[in-house]
Amino acid sequence: MYEGVVQDLIDELGRLPGVGPKSAQRIAFHILQADPVDVRRLAEVLIVVKDKVKFCSVCGNVAEDELCRICRDQRRDPAVICVVEESKDVVAIERTREFRGRYHVLGGAISPIEGVGPDDLRIRELMTRLADGVVTEVILATDPNLEGEATATYLTRLLRPMGLRVTRLASGLPVGGDLEYADEVTLGRAFEGRRSVDD
Amino acid sequence: MGLYRDEAVVLRTQKLGEADRIITLLTRGNGRVRAVAKGVRRTSSRFGSRLEPFTYVDLQLAEGRSLDVVTQAETLSPFAARIGSDYERYTAGTVMLETAERLVIEDKEPALQQFLLLIGALRAMSSGERSPSAVLDSFLLRSLSVAGYAPSFDGCARCGLEGPHRAFSPSGGGMLCSTCRVPGSASPAVETVALLGALLAGDWAVVEASEPRHRKEATGLVAAYLAWHLERGLKSLSHVER
Ligand SMILES: [Zn+2]
Ligand SMILES: [Zn+2]
Repeated sequence: MYEGVVQDLIDELGRLPGVGPKSAQRIAFHILQADPVDVRRLAEVLIVVKDKVKFCSVCGNVAEDELCRICRDQRRDPAVICVVEESKDVVAIERTREFRGRYHVLGGAISPIEGVGPDDLRIRELMTRLADGVVTEVILATDPNLEGEATATYLTRLLRPMGLRVTRLASGLPVGGDLEYADEVTLGRAFEGRRSVDD
Repeated sequence: MGLYRDEAVVLRTQKLGEADRIITLLTRGNGRVRAVAKGVRRTSSRFGSRLEPFTYVDLQLAEGRSLDVVTQAETLSPFAARIGSDYERYTAGTVMLETAERLVIEDKEPALQQFLLLIGALRAMSSGERSPSAVLDSFLLRSLSVAGYAPSFDGCARCGLEGPHRAFSPSGGGMLCSTCRVPGSASPAVETVALLGALLAGDWAVVEASEPRHRKEATGLVAAYLAWHLERGLKSLSHVER
């Protein structure tokens, strides 16, 4: 244990995802030895990001306004929605330049063991978006792992009776990984080869 | 540090750092084991889908100071694919994984019976021949029994008096006779009590012939019995679709 504020810093850092106690300590000492200007810039950007960045009221992507950049863009096809788990997946798919529709960010995947069920994700918002009949295709681009597959299974069951074309990214994405780590070529190919979900 | 081999079912995965995961396993020989799988979240990972929950794998692990490290993994049975593609199986199956994780209390204490029970239940669930809900209820009763909380559905759980009895009490250990009955006991249908006995014994002929209302009642009593014996409730139980 360290004294007062140093320990507070270690504790706060240790609450970040993927940061264990040892890493928290290492980052804390890095900050202690760093240039005060650099540290101030980090502190400011943390405050600003919480102040300014919101979530798009339509698709749930990170946004600096009421709507995100993609939802504001009139050139994007409103008839196709690509459903992803996180905003970082939007970034990964945008890098492929394969997709010209809109997105819907769920905010995670259905994971009962973590206590996350369908009601904890932005599924109701998705259903609301589909109600006016503009959307004709929903692409399920959840992660190619168990939770992502189960989430896609759940959504398929919900969406198919609505008479929409429901597609899933073509396999070729190795199962088990996170979408964000797929390279552009693989992900682009998965988009091109997407298939209707049937049975 | 030593290398060892074991068979295991993956119970839970948690993200660690940039691209790793901590994998909680129920192994055949070493009980519950927590191990790190490095780079497994990268789509180029050599582990692929072999370390996803529900997967039955043959592993090589390296002993570490706090957590072991997975060095090799071969799939023995890809239960994950058949369970993840059906939402009812997925939610019911997840409760089995969480239960196994909770009822095997110590890491690296052999728990062969729990392991065999889980493999059997996953096999039944992924075959699709039986109702996921019934497979789950049967697994819960048997897993609790192996953990030392065997319920009695025929003789009185307190005094042993031969049944059938009318009162069911989770805290009393199952069915109670009219002398031992405690306030707040439930009074399930005779058919439900018979069904509970069949679920515990694995008598599928009786289970499959049962009526939906008795299955529903049995499910409620199994959940009450489970809740009494686990200190904290299971996170996954309320998400089961049935
Ligand atoms: Zn948006
Ligand atoms: Zn008695």
